[in-house]
Amino acid sequence: MNRILATAKTEFRIALRNRWVAIAIGLMALFALVLSAAGSAPTGGLGVDRLSVTVASLTSLSVYLVPLIALLMSFDAVAGEVERGTLPLLLTYPGARAEILFGKLLAHLAVLSLAVVVGYGIAGAVAFWADPASAAGLPALLRLTWTSILLGATFLGAGYALSSLARRPSGAAGLAMGLWLGAVVLYDLGLLAAVVADGGGRFTTEFFPIALLANPADALRLFNLAASDAAAAAAGVAGAAGSVPLWQSALSVALWPALALALATAAFRRVTP
Amino acid sequence: MTSTLNISDLTKTFTGVKALDAVSLTVAPGSRVALLGHNGAGKSTMMKIILGLLPFDAGTVTVCGAAPGSAEARRQVAYLPENAAFHPALTGEEQIGHYLALRGESPKTARALLERVGLHDAARRRIGTYSKGMRQRVGLAQALIGKPKLLVLDEPTSGLDPVSRRDFYALLDGLAAEGAAVLLSSHALTEVEARTDQIVILSNGRMAASGTLSELRRAAALPVTMHVTARNGYGSEIADALPGAIRVGADLHLSCGQDEKLDILACVTGLGDKVADIEMMPPSLEDIYSHFSRRDGQ
Repeated sequence: MNRILATAKTEFRIALRNRWVAIAIGLMALFALVLSAAGSAPTGGLGVDRLSVTVASLTSLSVYLVPLIALLMSFDAVAGEVERGTLPLLLTYPGARAEILFGKLLAHLAVLSLAVVVGYGIAGAVAFWADPASAAGLPALLRLTWTSILLGATFLGAGYALSSLARRPSGAAGLAMGLWLGAVVLYDLGLLAAVVADGGGRFTTEFFPIALLANPADALRLFNLAASDAAAAAAGVAGAAGSVPLWQSALSVALWPALALALATAAFRRVTP
Repeated sequence: MTSTLNISDLTKTFTGVKALDAVSLTVAPGSRVALLGHNGAGKSTMMKIILGLLPFDAGTVTVCGAAPGSAEARRQVAYLPENAAFHPALTGEEQIGHYLALRGESPKTARALLERVGLHDAARRRIGTYSKGMRQRVGLAQALIGKPKLLVLDEPTSGLDPVSRRDFYALLDGLAAEGAAVLLSSHALTEVEARTDQIVILSNGRMAASGTLSELRRAAALPVTMHVTARNGYGSEIADALPGAIRVGADLHLSCGQDEKLDILACVTGLGDKVADIEMMPPSLEDIYSHFSRRDGQ
């Protein structure tokens, strides 16, 4: 445990020096502000409080930005050590490889959590300032915050796994961007195209919900929109939120980080310095 | 006393090429062993196997009574990689503090460790600003953490100036005196000559020779070179007495086998006043090294 904490402390220091802490917080704060300003338009028509509407917009922010920041922070974790030549020495120290990975995860997750909490805190404050009835949306905001952190952990783990497989930072960066594009952008587009083509047939009723649950980013969207009253404010893929039981999306959100980290540990174990 | 490192018949193959071929070696506590060999001879491969970083194909390796790379072995072994590298964003003190914490020691002693390797002034500067020699010292400092029983040092003095090299070997002597076993590789043969107890020469993955310097010298049976300086005018007389000598000005250069050495000395002594001076040069480690590594299929 001490070794994990020592690694986490050093990695956090490195993230601070490399400006990752500032960049992550800055990005989240900026986008959260923009979205809470833009999300003010539909309030009246829907009859829900301001914060609930903001949360519906912020969910998209979590889906796109949190995985991106997580992958940007994690792609270098193993490949960077290989390239700098620091990995052989590190691996002769006592402690399991999983401990090194968990130390890094702890630090990177701390940076990400800080960014999410600051960004969504600002969005929450803006909503309260504009509409005192926003207290009703507070549980939704908290739910979005912790699920976003879990989503971050999933993509951090995926980033470590790609970093171990690529063994070179440039290759790992390419793989990470590919994963982001595929899992976050193209996956949804592909599903939408399939649903449109299917026209309400077997694919839409049976396969579509499972496909959404299989993607951690979509599972986060489903869970947050189904749990809050703001589902009506969302459109597109999220319209399916009502058809999937809440426990299923919650399970997907909770299982993905464990799965990603197991993959990362297995990939890191196979690295020969 | 049991040996700290025990290797027998170690074999490692990389895609059909034998990097190590039936190598056996034991290193006792308190002894300093130098691993010599040209680039690609298998030194770094052997070190990585001892550290558990690489798997091996055949043979047995025991490090401090445990399997290489096991938690038990890693706790007692320190490593200094060739071209030691660290994260450039950390200061020397932070980096050493991190390594101390990984070994379960207080990071507060980082400063004292850096002082021991002469890096006191730069402790609070980022490693990115360090010279190669300074990084090498950071590497050395981390190898001193926690009284290791075995130190594996891959070209530890590369990048160090002559004074730092002396300090480094003095440090090593201290560690060996306390019972640590040292296995180091080097290209600087002259410094290894005086500072190690045993020399192992690897050539193309095979052990070409192993032993103390005098044992290797005997086994190589290389000729001894003598320079005889004649007193004014006696040059030709001495040349007649020593057949095979080559005249170089007032000097006569002569080389002979180890077994003829004493006979020739007696002959020179018999010449009495005619000889002004005599100098004997045994084969250097360079000569012995190239003898053994050439013999092995070079």
